[in-house]
Amino acid sequence: MAKFKDKCAIVGLGYTPQGKLPDWTVRELFLEASRNAIDDAGLKPHDIDGILVELCWTDPTTQCWALQQDLGIKELSLSANYDSMGASGGCKIQLATMAIEAGLCKNVLIAFVEKTATAPAVPYRGGMGTMMAYGLFGAMPGIALLAHRHMIQYGTTSEQLGEVAVTVRKHAMLNPKAQMRAPMTLEDHQKSRYVAWPLHLLDCSILSDGARACVVTSAKHAKDLPQPPVYIMGFGQGHVVMDPVHRHDPLSTGAARSGKHAFKMAGIKPKDVDVLGLYDATTYNIVTQLEELGFCKRGEGGSFVQNGRIGLGGEIPVNTSGGMLSEVYLQGWTGIPEVVSQLRGTCGERQVKDAEIGLVTNQGGFICFHSTLILRR
Amino acid sequence: MTDQIPKPDPEVTPENKPYWDAAKNHELLLKKCVDCGHYRSPIYITANICPNCGSRKPADWVKASGRGKVYTWVVMHRVFHPGFEPEYPLVIAELEEGPRMLANMRGIPNSEIKAGMPVKVIFEKLNENITLPQFAPADK
Repeated sequence: MAKFKDKCAIVGLGYTPQGKLPDWTVRELFLEASRNAIDDAGLKPHDIDGILVELCWTDPTTQCWALQQDLGIKELSLSANYDSMGASGGCKIQLATMAIEAGLCKNVLIAFVEKTATAPAVPYRGGMGTMMAYGLFGAMPGIALLAHRHMIQYGTTSEQLGEVAVTVRKHAMLNPKAQMRAPMTLEDHQKSRYVAWPLHLLDCSILSDGARACVVTSAKHAKDLPQPPVYIMGFGQGHVVMDPVHRHDPLSTGAARSGKHAFKMAGIKPKDVDVLGLYDATTYNIVTQLEELGFCKRGEGGSFVQNGRIGLGGEIPVNTSGGMLSEVYLQGWTGIPEVVSQLRGTCGERQVKDAEIGLVTNQGGFICFHSTLILRR
Repeated sequence: MTDQIPKPDPEVTPENKPYWDAAKNHELLLKKCVDCGHYRSPIYITANICPNCGSRKPADWVKASGRGKVYTWVVMHRVFHPGFEPEYPLVIAELEEGPRMLANMRGIPNSEIKAGMPVKVIFEKLNENITLPQFAPADK
């Protein structure tokens, strides 16, 4: 396992405009982020020999072959569509690392696009039994069922979840790119309408159009490239049964398994991490992940997030960009570039001083797919 | 209560058809492995192989007691389908036989739903083809 530690690095990040982008097609955004990531890495499209993309619900043509075609790349050594839903970003970086270390390819482009703000809503995928007949649509009600169970079992409160929303909003206010920059108080959170009681609107991530991409290469090659390399120190995955009704232990999400692997590979402990990027489909996702990753004990996530502990200047800053709750909803690609930027030291007003080690997670489905990446500068 | 726009029908497949046929007769069925005795919900685990022990022998369709306890619930204020009225409850209960089950609670205000409260399965006719098992409060 340790053979992958520090062997590869993220050397390029690609962004696009973000927010409501009715004038952009999904394919244009996808290509824009990819081109920008390749430029940022100081490479040309023909240097890319691996492409990993993930399923985009609003345009199913955004596949590996389409991106290869749009970039004009003649031939690839690795090309795949990955589907662990929201966890795909981190999972693809792990796959790229393994493929590079296996000698299969050299420079892997990993891209994501979604247009949930302005594209027509897509029907939820089938295969979930009778959920829709009872009125369970999409991930949010499923996550709310888990969050309420956490409240029942451990006494977690809505105010504690509100503390998470308020904290990351403060971070978003320091980020010029963030969609939600108006100040938020705990009272605003408590007064916001319910989506799925006990979760309020301000417990939920926002909707966004945009794309992001990155380039992963070997640590050896990274030294010759223009950006300060951000090394992939450790990684892991954990996946539990998707359906929260029949999951063996509904409050176990796969994050614990995933984190355990990542910490073991990196040879560090939670206290060594300077900045966290936690997948925040809802405020509850942050609470449960802090527990599962070992930053606090099971059941203590609610009190852990209080008193500024997860804010900038606190014990362990979480989601310094504003996350999916306040910056932008680009699933795993909200957190990955932010943690990489923190380790590059380019976060301006929201920079965590001397950040050396960052941990970023991605989750998918009803908090059932999980990826952990531990990165260092 | 009659909804003006019909709710989406559940997915009826050859594998789960006995479940829906039984629901029309106000019976809740589970599948029970003939080798290890593990109960499974036939509407979520449709494969004919036991997920607990891997037995390929056809499982028994058994009538469940229809009794359980509330595990968690939410109240949907945001409605994603016009067949539903706002503030409907989604409840997960643990059935006596082991499997958990999702349904709506009937017969009491949302504010009276409590964790651990006993529930029984009742049956709600949606249309000629589908009768949906639902929860209602039960005596202890």
